[in-house]
Amino acid sequence: MTIDPMNDHRIVGTAVPRKEGREKVTGKATYVDDMLLPGMLYGATVRSQIPRGRIRRITFDPGIAWNEFVIVSAEDIPGKNCIALIGDDQPCLASAVVNHPEEPVLLLAHPDRYALRKAVDAVLIEYDSLPAVLTIEESERCSEIIWGGDNTFKTYRIEKGDVDGAWAKADYIVEGEYSTGAQEQLYIENNGMIAAFDAQRGITVWGSLQCPYYVHKALMTLCNLPAEKVRVVQMETGGAFGGKEDYPSMIAGHAALLAIKSGRPVKIVYDRAEDMAATTKRHPSRTRHRTAVSKDGKILGGEIEFTIDGGAYATLSSVVLSRGAIHAGGPYYWPNVRIVAKAVATNVPPHGAFRGFGAPQSLFAMERHMDRIAHVVGLSPIGIRRRNFLKPGETTTTEQTVREPIDLGKLLDRAISLSEYHSKRERFSSENQIGTTRKGMGMAAFLHGAGFTGSGERYLSSVVGVEGCADGSVRVLVSSTEFGQGTKTVLSQIAAETLGLRYEDVTLAQPDTTQVPNSGPTVASRTVMVVGKLVESAARGIRQTLTLSGSLGDSYSADEFRAACRSHVAAHGPLRSWAQYEPPPDIFWDDQTYRGEAYAAYSWAVYIAEVAVDLTTYGVSVRDFVALQEVGRVLHPVLAIGQIAGGVAQGIGFALFERVVWQKGRMLNSQMTNYIMPTSSDLPPIRVFFEELGNVHGAFGAKGIGELPMDGPAPAILNAVEDALGVPFDSIPLLPEDIFDAITARALQNESDIVSGVR
Amino acid sequence: MINSLEDRAQCEISLTVNGERKTVLAFPLERLLDVLRRQLRLTGTKEGCGEGECGSCSVLMDGTLVNSCLVPILQAEGASIVTIEGLAAGKRLHILQEAFLECGGAQCGICTPGMILAAVHLLSKKSEAALEQIQDGLSGNLCRCTGYVQIFEAVAKAACGTTTSSS
Repeated sequence: MTIDPMNDHRIVGTAVPRKEGREKVTGKATYVDDMLLPGMLYGATVRSQIPRGRIRRITFDPGIAWNEFVIVSAEDIPGKNCIALIGDDQPCLASAVVNHPEEPVLLLAHPDRYALRKAVDAVLIEYDSLPAVLTIEESERCSEIIWGGDNTFKTYRIEKGDVDGAWAKADYIVEGEYSTGAQEQLYIENNGMIAAFDAQRGITVWGSLQCPYYVHKALMTLCNLPAEKVRVVQMETGGAFGGKEDYPSMIAGHAALLAIKSGRPVKIVYDRAEDMAATTKRHPSRTRHRTAVSKDGKILGGEIEFTIDGGAYATLSSVVLSRGAIHAGGPYYWPNVRIVAKAVATNVPPHGAFRGFGAPQSLFAMERHMDRIAHVVGLSPIGIRRRNFLKPGETTTTEQTVREPIDLGKLLDRAISLSEYHSKRERFSSENQIGTTRKGMGMAAFLHGAGFTGSGERYLSSVVGVEGCADGSVRVLVSSTEFGQGTKTVLSQIAAETLGLRYEDVTLAQPDTTQVPNSGPTVASRTVMVVGKLVESAARGIRQTLTLSGSLGDSYSADEFRAACRSHVAAHGPLRSWAQYEPPPDIFWDDQTYRGEAYAAYSWAVYIAEVAVDLTTYGVSVRDFVALQEVGRVLHPVLAIGQIAGGVAQGIGFALFERVVWQKGRMLNSQMTNYIMPTSSDLPPIRVFFEELGNVHGAFGAKGIGELPMDGPAPAILNAVEDALGVPFDSIPLLPEDIFDAITARALQNESDIVSGVR
Repeated sequence: MINSLEDRAQCEISLTVNGERKTVLAFPLERLLDVLRRQLRLTGTKEGCGEGECGSCSVLMDGTLVNSCLVPILQAEGASIVTIEGLAAGKRLHILQEAFLECGGAQCGICTPGMILAAVHLLSKKSEAALEQIQDGLSGNLCRCTGYVQIFEAVAKAACGTTTSSS
């Protein structure tokens, strides 16, 4: 067989079985809480109860046998008291002051986890309270300074053309303000870590996590250990969605400190309430649009002000802000635009990564705003989008030229036809005249950049290895993690395809920092596109070695490859090939002005939602959902559909179900009984469709897929609700009580208008 | 409730788990979930919320689907329990396990054992299930990864016996 990976795909594009699927359906997959070590203690965290204050005194209830407990405070930290990430402002344990509720203050460990719970409650922390800043608006007022000089973690300014000149030419100036709430990732496996320490080998942690090398870096700093004395191993991870990007470093740090002090392995597994209240959530946001539009519906220019609530420490907020800002203009051509983006500090637990990473927030605003513009101008939602879609050759807000042959108009046409948009709207216009149900259709068009933003991939400089093993099989060495999305399966497909092997001939090494190189974090829809491309290139290196050494011809069978690999390893020892990321030569990005090629590739989509609003309960149900996207080549049809359907479901939750109730900076509804995510009865048929244009930057033409489906559902649904009710809603989550309030307020207003008219 | 767990003495409980008779020493209010996971080391049963909302800890108890986080072990005295570990016959997977594999019903895998047991329970009552019945029958089991679409497909496929291995 001749191997030509570009034209002869046997494995890529097919639905091979999920690599770890058998373990998962039989219950044999080992998650961190399934693991026990001899002599292991259980750890727990004593947390602050107030949003901001000085710790005055800590007292221990004498009813507890404290001598049985290991107790760790900030004073026990061997290295620097911080969770090293982008910055180092977040302490691992608060010492003098606390800056948000649920901030870790003390750690306890004990062999009996029931005893531990009582002990946590028996630690009394007294504070001198300080005034807390709890919202974006309070933070902006700067009457209390809680971070830096002005409560601002980061600002970006994207400027293209002459915005100030656009207002004069405008036939309409359309303004709107949009907001989104915090959203809990709600992976079904709570966070957890086990740490073990010995002086010789240093610290080892096993845990539920996305980014082994983030944890590695944080532990080196915290424990004051060299790289080789920190080992991080990812266990099977039961969902993450961004929620296990940065916080696992905190838990690993806590388990490590307890393990170092006690000399015994320590397991910390959060229960649901602790996980929801203490760990990160999606950044709440506020977006203001002011747009200059011509009478025929062309966007002439606009200002977008995008602000997110970062919580008490900087963590990932600057990066979330960056992605949100770059996506804020949507898939439209803006001849002139100014985007001003800001992440502010509040005394709530730090917000963090969640699928979409800022883009779902700013795109929600953009897509609601497009419908608002359509109303003002007197165009349909279709017409306004069609007039403004980005076309190949045009530039984005960061002045990146669109080089992909994307035809958004065609994508929109197909989505309209798949959703029966026109015939349904016609039917609803008569059906909505009677009864107590109001139906509507809504759409959202959007894009999502794959990989790290701008110069990000260059800084990461990811490394991937592929190893020919003694038995002739091939092992992919990456720190990229599997947490349900299919990393193991797709990277195996790519290696098998490249090498002309069977899918079964390839495995992925367990992510373990002593075994795998740093292929970067498993985030930003980068695994298939960026890491996959590196796997392809490292795999080629293996083939080249075998070919050059004469043990493999140009044409070979899988068995011949395995035989050649076996004898090579027997004769010469380990057969390994490495590939490191190199930026494409045509990529230009300026970090200072935020101009240039923000992403190597974008995925594009049009989603259409059909909703029904019940006028008796004010409940909204999504009746049908069409998700059409262009994600480059689909490498695994079943996994790809799974990614999209799952993302859409989370988007529906974001739009209609999931409200974090805050009280003085604390999440009050930190339970699955009162923080409601969609069940199997709450969701419509989610119909998933792909266009496949291919992509030169990704492995076998793939682009990013994971985050894209989070961006579209919320605006499509709220646009549909407005279509059904004739009432605009610009804030999510949109719950029945919000609709009730708006409709009641409207009815009261009408009544008073009538009354005053009579007088 | 947890705090009062150890207020009573441990007692001996006999039950059948996946066809095997077991006797365990446990506090009467200890959760069936903990006995399965910690004492019997059947860690396929997962804890998601600890309050009967998510269904990850679902097992079959005398043929009924229960949240094992809500069952005090005392209540399981004499009961017959089936966990995910008890479904496959040796290397041969249960038809629902096959269907979940084939249709993409398992992503991160944490809800999967409970979800499969809920599906087993559903199909034990009705061998043919329409989509609404599947949606309703699985609504006590939360999945954050899939949007349920491929889970419904898997259950429907198993219901009509059309997985690759069984056809």
